[in-house]
Amino acid sequence: MSATFRTFEVHRATRASRAGGLVSLAIVAFLATLPLWAEAGTLREIDELACYLIYAMMWNLLAGYGGMVSIGQQAFLGLGGYALLVMGNFAGINPFVAVPLAAIVTALFAIPVAQIAFRLQGGTFAIGTWVIAEVFRLSIANWSAVGGGSGTSLTALRGIEKATRIHVTFWLCLSAAVIAIAATYLLLRSRQGLALLAIRDSEVASESQGIHVRRTKLGVYVAAAFGAGLAGALYFLGNLRISPDAAFTVNWSAFGIFIVMIGGIGTIEGPIIGALIFYLLNKIASDFGTWYLVGLGALAIAVTIKFPRGLWGGFSRRFDVHFFPVQRRLVLPPDEKGGSFHA
Amino acid sequence: MTGTLSWISTVVQGVLLGGLYAMFAMSQSLIFGVMRLTNTAHGDFIILASFGVFSVAVALGLPPAVAPWLAMILMLPIAFGAGYVLQRLVLNRVVGRDPLPSLVVTFGLAIVIENLLQEIYTADPRSIESGGLNVASISIAEGLSVGTLPLLTFAVAVAIAAGMQWLSGRTALGRSFRAVSDDRDAAQLMGLDHRHIYAMATGIAFALVAVAGALHGMKTTFAPADGPALLLYGFEAVIIGGMGSFYGTLLGGIILGVTQVIGFRFDPGWGIWLGHIVFLGMLLFRPTGFFAKTR
Amino acid sequence: MTLLATSKLESFYGDFQVLFGVDFEIAAGEVVALIGANGAGKSTFLKTICGVLGAHREAVTFDGQPIGGLPPGEIVRRGIAMVPEGRRLFSSLSAEENLLMGASARRAGPWTLDAIYRLFPLLAEKRRAPAPTLSGGQQQMVAIGRALMSNPKLLLCDELSLGLAPVIVKQIYDALPAVCDAGMTVVVVEQDVTTAQRVSSRLYCLQEGRVTLTGASSALTREQISEAYFGV
Repeated sequence: MSATFRTFEVHRATRASRAGGLVSLAIVAFLATLPLWAEAGTLREIDELACYLIYAMMWNLLAGYGGMVSIGQQAFLGLGGYALLVMGNFAGINPFVAVPLAAIVTALFAIPVAQIAFRLQGGTFAIGTWVIAEVFRLSIANWSAVGGGSGTSLTALRGIEKATRIHVTFWLCLSAAVIAIAATYLLLRSRQGLALLAIRDSEVASESQGIHVRRTKLGVYVAAAFGAGLAGALYFLGNLRISPDAAFTVNWSAFGIFIVMIGGIGTIEGPIIGALIFYLLNKIASDFGTWYLVGLGALAIAVTIKFPRGLWGGFSRRFDVHFFPVQRRLVLPPDEKGGSFHA
Repeated sequence: MTGTLSWISTVVQGVLLGGLYAMFAMSQSLIFGVMRLTNTAHGDFIILASFGVFSVAVALGLPPAVAPWLAMILMLPIAFGAGYVLQRLVLNRVVGRDPLPSLVVTFGLAIVIENLLQEIYTADPRSIESGGLNVASISIAEGLSVGTLPLLTFAVAVAIAAGMQWLSGRTALGRSFRAVSDDRDAAQLMGLDHRHIYAMATGIAFALVAVAGALHGMKTTFAPADGPALLLYGFEAVIIGGMGSFYGTLLGGIILGVTQVIGFRFDPGWGIWLGHIVFLGMLLFRPTGFFAKTR
Repeated sequence: MTLLATSKLESFYGDFQVLFGVDFEIAAGEVVALIGANGAGKSTFLKTICGVLGAHREAVTFDGQPIGGLPPGEIVRRGIAMVPEGRRLFSSLSAEENLLMGASARRAGPWTLDAIYRLFPLLAEKRRAPAPTLSGGQQQMVAIGRALMSNPKLLLCDELSLGLAPVIVKQIYDALPAVCDAGMTVVVVEQDVTTAQRVSSRLYCLQEGRVTLTGASSALTREQISEAYFGV
């Protein structure tokens, strides 16, 4: 038996990713100029797209990397919106400043919620999170100070000049989306990210390797809640009006899931592609009302059966294209004999 | 009504309501027990059944005291067949260790069903005519009466629980369900075809859904968007009662029903909320439920 | 008359090859043992025969028919039954219910519940006990009984001695002659070479997926077997 150890390198970037990085920067720079020349309607559309994207990225982080499939993340999205309302309307905080604060408050709520949610596993965990979201919805709907079942307006925004409000909201949404993507990418490249992937594959094996499974899962759950809360605060900042039905509807989860599945779960490109497809589909087909939704549902069913990890997941695996590469590639220097390891 | 008597009446109402919830739950319990599949469209299938029985009852043109029952009986084989086919063609492809594909696919089904129903029937609430059965009542004690339909529903729920327990414990099919659930590969070695067994389970579950949908539709108005609420009630009943035992599911339904009705008494807005809170409390303090048999 | 034969049988787990052209044959009424170290491919061989793993159609012949790659259900119906490694009893079923599951293939024959209880009298008292409450030896009896309930022509036994005390192992293998008298052909996979030699008339030795030795069990020496077993 002979063991030959040779030097190796760990590569992460790919040609595609280097190109992708440059293109992304260019796109972001272009988008930042939009408020100067695009109309309010378009800006609002992109605001909403950003919120869906952030929500979907967080759902993807939770499910695709954390292995926790939730259909109750709308609990935190709505909570973010209502935290913004309370801080802006009642505590007199500048609503733009209140946005990240609302996200933090939401993340804090996620800690006790996790204690209950983590009692369940797999499919039962998913529905359990939905029940929790319903509890949030019903609790708020019974709270008349925030408008009860019919909701209320974000009066704190009234004092701000319209153009300023629209522009700042847009830049907030754009930065939040960029930060969400960047943060997720950096997390997954880090040691914590590797731990996540290990946990996703096997909790028992991870635990035995010294990874604190519960703490890591809690961390991901709280991070995802933060992101959802951020998306919620931003969404209702632009919407000016909030109601329990709009804030806590399961449709958020439905759209988030479809974005991620059609785009591709467990990748970073996936939710971005999915959000864009979703945006386009919305523009083209939403006039068809219920039939559009039937089509969307049927599409999700078909895609999931054929590509259990989503469209981009199937594409990138088949053609080995990665714009946001998270894997580490082992690169061996060429060997004189051209052989492989002997062990 | 005097104080105590009215409280007793409330609790009895809750128990009978629990029978309906237990019926929602038993079909969920069967599918989850056999193949670990979470069907987020479950409530929507119940509503679909309600609409189905509604349409068939109307088409039959018989007196409303008879029509819905005949419609329900006619729906049974249709529902069984639909469940069998759905499982074999679609759901068998997403059964497995990873809960995500089944969740997404059933979520998609829920959206498709809700919106198709809306297209066909509009969003208006409907009701299945039962010839006054939904407001009839029976006096069971001095000054205490209960609704006839709820009592009937509860009796059906108990009968179904007993029937399912018998099926599971005393028939070859029930044995196959348990075997395939325990160890699919070993079952394969015996010559069992899990694709067929899963489909049988879903077929039976859908037949139960047809019954539940019929009774639900006679009791109250229903609309295309009502599905998710029913899913959650059934799910809560299963978890509270513990998975794997049909009598446990019945008890879970009863606990949920009683909780909701008591909550309603205090304030209509808090009825359902209280049910959710009790469920979450169960999770915190007794995550395996009262009568859990399966892990 | 050859009941089962394999010809240049190959088997893979995904891309990973485990069997490299195994030739094997067993005649009706024989007890043939298959020995080898862990990972030699013994269990893989059995799994390929009973359809859990794929194979070329012509690589496995049973009763004159090519059966390679057929699904397990079909193979059971044709008369091959497996006692799986580690027993694999159904944990929410009782002992008797486990036995009944074995009859799912519905083949006619002498093996009924009563016949199984005559073979293993200990089981008759424990028939209603939930499978996980049975001792290791009793579980092994149930596993064997379950396979017999399908009235096979060929019985495949995968490591019956696994995790059992030697005295229990002896009890189990003592029942084997009664099974053979009723007309059974048996392949016994074993890591314990002494037991394997004792209960079989012929044996094959596998090493890293290849047959390294075959012959009459009583005629092979310790040295021959060691060499074939370890490949040293």
